[in-house]
Amino acid sequence: MEAEGRAPGSPLLAGGEGPGVDSRPAAGAPGTARGPLIAAAEVLALDDEEDDLEVFSKDTSLAEVNSFTPSMPISPSSMINQYKFEDGPELRDLFITVDDPESHITAIETFITYRVVTKTSRGEFDSSEYEVRRRYQDFLWLKSKLEEAHPTLIIPPLPEKFIMKGMVERFSDEFIETRRKALHKFLNRIADHPTLTFNEDFKIFLTAQAWELSSHKKQGPGLLSRMGQTVRAVASSVRGAVKNRPGMFTEINDYMGTFSQKINLLDKIAHRIYKEERDYFNEMKEYGPIHTLWSASEEDLADSLKGIASCIDRCCKATEKRMAGLSENLLPILHEYVLYSEILMGVLKRRDQIQGELDSKVDALANRKTEKDLFSEEIGKLEDKVERANNALKADWDRWKQNMQCDMRSTFTNVAENNLRFYEECLATWESFLASQTVDLHVEEDSEDRP
Amino acid sequence: MESAEPEPSGSRPEEEEEEDEEEDEEEDGALLPPEQPAAAVRMEDCLAKKMEITVSEAEKRTGRNAMNIQETYTAYLIETRAVESQSEGQCAPVESLWRRYSEFELLRNYLSVTYPHIVVPPLPEKRADFVWHKLSADNMDPDFVERRRIGLENFLLRVASHPVLCQDKIFYSFLTQEGGWKEMVNETGFQLKADSRLKALNATFRVKNPDKRFTELKHYSDELQSVISHLLRVRARVADRLYGVYKVHGNYGRVFSEWSAIEKEMGDGLQSAGHHMDVYAASIDDILEEEEHYADQLKEYLFYAEALRAVCRKHELMQYDLEMAAQDLTSKKQQCEELATGTVRTFSLKGMTSKLFGQETPEQREAKIKVLEEQIQEGEEQLKSKNLEGRDFVKSAWADIERFKEQKNHDLKEALISYAVMQISMCKKGIQVWTNAKECFSKM
Repeated sequence: MEAEGRAPGSPLLAGGEGPGVDSRPAAGAPGTARGPLIAAAEVLALDDEEDDLEVFSKDTSLAEVNSFTPSMPISPSSMINQYKFEDGPELRDLFITVDDPESHITAIETFITYRVVTKTSRGEFDSSEYEVRRRYQDFLWLKSKLEEAHPTLIIPPLPEKFIMKGMVERFSDEFIETRRKALHKFLNRIADHPTLTFNEDFKIFLTAQAWELSSHKKQGPGLLSRMGQTVRAVASSVRGAVKNRPGMFTEINDYMGTFSQKINLLDKIAHRIYKEERDYFNEMKEYGPIHTLWSASEEDLADSLKGIASCIDRCCKATEKRMAGLSENLLPILHEYVLYSEILMGVLKRRDQIQGELDSKVDALANRKTEKDLFSEEIGKLEDKVERANNALKADWDRWKQNMQCDMRSTFTNVAENNLRFYEECLATWESFLASQTVDLHVEEDSEDRP
Repeated sequence: MESAEPEPSGSRPEEEEEEDEEEDEEEDGALLPPEQPAAAVRMEDCLAKKMEITVSEAEKRTGRNAMNIQETYTAYLIETRAVESQSEGQCAPVESLWRRYSEFELLRNYLSVTYPHIVVPPLPEKRADFVWHKLSADNMDPDFVERRRIGLENFLLRVASHPVLCQDKIFYSFLTQEGGWKEMVNETGFQLKADSRLKALNATFRVKNPDKRFTELKHYSDELQSVISHLLRVRARVADRLYGVYKVHGNYGRVFSEWSAIEKEMGDGLQSAGHHMDVYAASIDDILEEEEHYADQLKEYLFYAEALRAVCRKHELMQYDLEMAAQDLTSKKQQCEELATGTVRTFSLKGMTSKLFGQETPEQREAKIKVLEEQIQEGEEQLKSKNLEGRDFVKSAWADIERFKEQKNHDLKEALISYAVMQISMCKKGIQVWTNAKECFSKM
């Protein structure tokens, strides 16, 4: 299996969502993820309700938005939302959408901005609704700020900058749509995170106007210096940190080694399946019409032949749907977790690095018995830092594992459902053809040989 | 021998008594001259109903051929057994003999030449065609040999159930007489009767008054050949792709299994889901094998189209010969008239030379006229018989064509239905596997 760029071939539904930790109601599942939305709507002032529904109905393109009931079945992802908040069934109070990609052409460059709409009931936000435009660079900035502030938390993955290998052009509609969905996911995963959701840079990202954001960005250490820090940190962490690493983190490291390998394989497999299905679809497109052509020179057989042609065409369409399902759900999720595995390796390294700082100070103390007091205060601080880092990572790791399990369960279940729908549709098609043909013939084939 | 009207029905022959073979033996080596269309036998009297015929085995052999070169070939075992109309609890003994593909070809050539008005059943393909990547194009491949065995059996059954062909002695000997059969066939001298022009498929003969039905039929057979070839080609490509889709899913099994080793809660679900993915991937082999039989059914009619065209061609040639003969007769009559009346209406080389080199004597002219008159008389008789021949051919050929049409419609409709049945079975298998997989996934 060759590695391939993400190149979903079929047109992706606008606004369609995969299952996963999302606040957005999925286009294909009208009621499922609406539990928290409904409750949130009730929390908001009633005259805001209309606004909420309008925003969502635009994206979900559902006419029956008004006909929700609070007792709709809740999707696993929204259950996890509730599960994360430890104080009882606390509900979402921050809703973010990313949509409306727009091209901007300047003398120097061309780039895309996305509209980011935020609705919230939180007190710390001055308003309850924000609409800003952001470009990919801004997302990159946010991610690096979050990593800086929380080095041992698992920051959600961003879509890659640019796919070199794939057949997708930089600014093709497909590429933009795929990226938009991933960016949407990114922001929502942050919103769902118990710690990250309250991050100040996150708030600024969601609310600041373009010029405000630029000036805010200019504060703080530059990207290059930060990169320099990371490189040095990684280098220093290689020595020593590994031997003092608590067993738990070694376990996580080992786990991630295998997980990363497997998830990469699954990503390749899924892409290969998509490719095979697309090739199959292309051949099928030609297959049906031949029967129609044949029927033109036949009399008695014409009906049967046309029937077969129409069955094949319908199965062809069903195949297309199956492909779309794959590219909307499985492929993005697997890709996300491929990125996640890289992120986790990075988090583990950073933890090791923090520990490394402590260890090297402890080693230094062992060699200089004189300045003990000075060192011990520093060491005390570092010990606290290590403990905090470890706890943060541990908690986030548990949370990440839960989410991963949930995502995998729902994604693969979705794949199975997709295939079931496909086969059921094809079955119905062929059965109705058969029924039409065997009105006066026996259904069972003759047991005798043909003459 | 009773000459029952050929019944153009595709219904299965019923059981009846043996028909009289004595008439056959009076003929010269059972060669029925093509000018006299063989009388057809009722479906109930067909050989297929009196005799069980199977091609039960295939065996690789090596031997020396006519040029004393060592070669490997496959021999097929033909088993026959007389069907007792009243079984007394004892079955007739099974007779068997071995034949190779080239002997089948010889038989078919003989039948085609001897019965040019019959749409002679085709043999299975000589070389594997329309293969997709998993199938082998090798003639020695066991799957190919197996499918050919079935095709040969089908060929024999088709001939044995044909109202005219089943009576042929050479055919009967092919089934029952191991030694000396080849010599027997060659003794019939059928090769001499073969019209070499029939092989020249691309040569056109300007026929002024062909029977329109045959012209249409030839056109139909061309279309049928073209559309079935196209269909088989695309089907092979579709099969290839479908194979790919299923087999890649097999990779899930392996990776899920490896992944499950590091998972606690998800492990069982992953592992069992992986197993179902393996089942899914493996299921395509049987599915596509069944489809090959469907493809073979279509292929038979692809080759039947050629047989159909051969009959149309024969008609064309007969009509052409007839028109040529008529033309020749007309010109001879004209010549005769000119000689008799002394007028030269048409240009002729003879006329010119006689003008240039002197007139012939009255005796010479008389002699010429006499010769011409004899020729004319002969010609008229020949024309009459050719006409008769042509009309008989058209009549009997068309009767067989009607029979063939019904058979074709019946068989192909059945084949299309069986294709739908196969698709349904494939869908049901898919539903089962993915239902199981879904359950495993939901438990992850």
